[in-house]
Amino acid sequence: MNILMAVLLLGGLALAAGIVLAVASRVFHVEGDPMMERIDAVLPQTQCGQCGYPGCKPYATAVASGEADVNKCVPGGERAMLAIADLMGVPPKEVEEEAAPPMLAYIREDECIGCTLCIKACPVDAIIGAPKQYHTVVESHCTGCTLCVEPCPVDCIDMLSKPEVLEEWTWSAPGKASLVKLEGDSDARVA
Amino acid sequence: MPGLLERLGGLFGGGVDLRSLISPGGFPGGVHPAQMKITAASPIVQSPLPPQLILPLKQHIGQICIPIVEVGDHVLRGQKVARSQGYVSAPVHAPTSGTVLAIEEHAVPHPSGMGRQCMIIEPDGLDEADQSMPSLCDYLDEDPAIIRERIRLSGIVGLGGAVFPTFIKMLRDQRHPIETVILNGVECEPFLTCDHRVMLEHGDSVVRGLNVIMHAVAAKGGIIAIEDNKPDAVDAMREAIARAGFEANIEVRVLPTRYPQGGEKQLIQAVTGRQVPAGKLPLHIGVICQNVGTAKAIHDAVCMGKPLTERVVTISGDAVPHPANICARIGTPMPFLLAQCGLRDLSGVRLIHGGPMMGERLPRMNVPMVKSTNGILAMRAESLYSENAQEEPCIRCGHCVEVCPVGLVPNELAWHCRNDQFDRGQEYDLFDCIECGCCSYVCPSHIPLVHYFRYAKGQVAHIEKERAFAELSKARSEARDNRLAREQAERAARRSKVRKSGAAEAAADASDDTEAGTSGAESGEKAS
Amino acid sequence: MSEFALIMLSAVLVNNFVLTKFLGICPFLGVSGKLETAIGMSLAVLFVMTLASTASWLVQEFILIPFDLMYLQTIFFILIIAVLVQFIEMLIHKSSPVLYQALGIFLPLITTNCAVLGVALLNVQQEQTFMTSALYGFGSALGFALVLLLFAGLRERIDKAPVPEAFKGSAVSLITAGLMSLAFMGFSGLVKV
Repeated sequence: MNILMAVLLLGGLALAAGIVLAVASRVFHVEGDPMMERIDAVLPQTQCGQCGYPGCKPYATAVASGEADVNKCVPGGERAMLAIADLMGVPPKEVEEEAAPPMLAYIREDECIGCTLCIKACPVDAIIGAPKQYHTVVESHCTGCTLCVEPCPVDCIDMLSKPEVLEEWTWSAPGKASLVKLEGDSDARVA
Repeated sequence: MPGLLERLGGLFGGGVDLRSLISPGGFPGGVHPAQMKITAASPIVQSPLPPQLILPLKQHIGQICIPIVEVGDHVLRGQKVARSQGYVSAPVHAPTSGTVLAIEEHAVPHPSGMGRQCMIIEPDGLDEADQSMPSLCDYLDEDPAIIRERIRLSGIVGLGGAVFPTFIKMLRDQRHPIETVILNGVECEPFLTCDHRVMLEHGDSVVRGLNVIMHAVAAKGGIIAIEDNKPDAVDAMREAIARAGFEANIEVRVLPTRYPQGGEKQLIQAVTGRQVPAGKLPLHIGVICQNVGTAKAIHDAVCMGKPLTERVVTISGDAVPHPANICARIGTPMPFLLAQCGLRDLSGVRLIHGGPMMGERLPRMNVPMVKSTNGILAMRAESLYSENAQEEPCIRCGHCVEVCPVGLVPNELAWHCRNDQFDRGQEYDLFDCIECGCCSYVCPSHIPLVHYFRYAKGQVAHIEKERAFAELSKARSEARDNRLAREQAERAARRSKVRKSGAAEAAADASDDTEAGTSGAESGEKAS
Repeated sequence: MSEFALIMLSAVLVNNFVLTKFLGICPFLGVSGKLETAIGMSLAVLFVMTLASTASWLVQEFILIPFDLMYLQTIFFILIIAVLVQFIEMLIHKSSPVLYQALGIFLPLITTNCAVLGVALLNVQQEQTFMTSALYGFGSALGFALVLLLFAGLRERIDKAPVPEAFKGSAVSLITAGLMSLAFMGFSGLVKV
């Protein structure tokens, strides 16, 4: 009798709890995956595919679902990795590949045959041109992803390092990077 | 706790700042570095024309100018050679008559040592002036808008070192009427004496210039603020005011010497007792602040029709045999100026652009002086603190907190900046830092605090820029994905239609391919 | 009133769950890496512990005692706590995905957080009333939150500090926790009963 009572009570309580949870899971159901959006927001959006996924959003989706590691974004470097690890709440992992310095694609226009293949390859529509016309890269939109280099049948696309300009110069951390080279000792006797 | 005192003060209402009660001289903190004003008694000497003038096309905060003369053209003194682009910009004028030799990249005075577009002018020695700009002697009868336009056309920027285009500050705004114009004759940086000499030798122009500003912004009062280490300048300005008959609305305010009293917000706090809120401009509390050198330049532009083509520079430092105050054409190469002071051998010498507290060490020697050059210090490498001091761990003595004129907590802030925790840094009001250098000056562990703040500010700006670019790329990539999906849907729809009508499939494919290419190109053009 | 105050003071400082009773060490060390996650964990524990102590009191008073099922105490309490934690997990998932992601594995782990079960069992042992048991649960959670936040703040600083190589990571964290525990021993003389 006593045993029966215990089983009934515990079972009843468990059943009630189960119903409450079932209702709650309906009420608090989460639509979509807000995590993916957040990860996508910290990615550099070069759409370069170096992570092994066809773009930044697919990679963000893969990370959010736990499929991909947090350290696969090469152009994002350590900063993106730390931000993603932070969002996912997992320990940071070293980014294996060193990010190349920022690059820009440049089309040697006199060699271009106007095949539009690079235009189709560009993930951010940064190449202008039409069939049988020279193509050119819009510098301000190029992410330097190198995806246009491969399809070019005449190899007329170069990846050039982005020119350094005074306006974008910033102070380096004290003591870390070597300071700007001083002219004082070499440049004697002027004027 | 940053700003705890301010918050406590807020409890008493009326925005009482407890810090100002603790330090009665206006702004909190500050230091008293050795004055080193060795050139205070040397009259301004006129520099001869150099063999070449190097004129950077951007000498102000804002956008770079576009040259309007070509290589080989003959230009006159005061002729506009580059026009401003965008609102925040100031045109560049030829400092003397001569020929444009080149428009090319040349090293400019900047801590990076990088170059920028410069116009190189070879003087013809005649120094013929462009007379096209009439003088507006009766400026009181002129519309303030005309005076403002004259100041803009004359390429006048803040000569205290910030080089912000002056005409922008002189905008009349109905919501924020200007009550007081403060003329900054504080010159709190050690070594520098150019403003001091300008007040002594061009007092009348300075007072007249202040009057022009007051007229332009319809301000009732003008205050000339001078530190008490320049009593002769105080007397000179008082005499000049009396000569001009402006005693009623212009006064000289003598302030106890303290660095960084010459900072705009610090000076306003010292003179008016009011604080300019973070992220706001002085005009929001009815004040504008101009340097005395700027006032003289405004006088010259308005009353004499002379655009900004020369300024006074203090050449000093322990490597200079004969320090001097030199009035030189903008674009004069620094080695040429140093040679006039007896310094020809530049080996083992470090050049500092500006004063020792806020100035920047120049990695390149052959750079021109520009509108912002108030001083050139040539120091022996062994006497440079930053090159010989070794950074040691913070001992939490709190001196930096005591001297910070903005009320920040530099030691905590530097900790976050050093560890690349820029979000935390911004919570500690990184962007309120004025980089005055007081914290680095007093630090017994030789921590280059200001350098950390500059680094962090640069990184924040860089991250911000990258984020904006990523957002743009994302939008473009999404637009492309949508377009491809749409095209595919259209193609599928057409194909099924073609199949129904029994036409050849291959023809449809071929036309599809060309179309995809063109539409890609079109959208590329549209977006660019 | 003074009795309530005494319970709170005792639960937060004198008999602190983490540093004096050494319960709930797992989340104390696991979720204290960053202040933000520590705040989230503190809130979750605060919520769960208060509810768990009241719910377990109700179960004890209206099910276990009347039906003489005291020997099933542990299993009943675990059931109640598990359900509560599940419920809160859904709530957090809906309201704050970042917190949800940040708490990660630790949220389900609250189920087996000995502090939660501990507060329920201690309530029964000490024969508290409904009010005092709720207060005791809340106070204990508050004590947990206090030391978790203090510890997280310390760890954030230590993380960037020049710690000797051999002490980096967990070692210095455990030393810090030990020092905190020593410091909290000082509170034992606070209340004279």
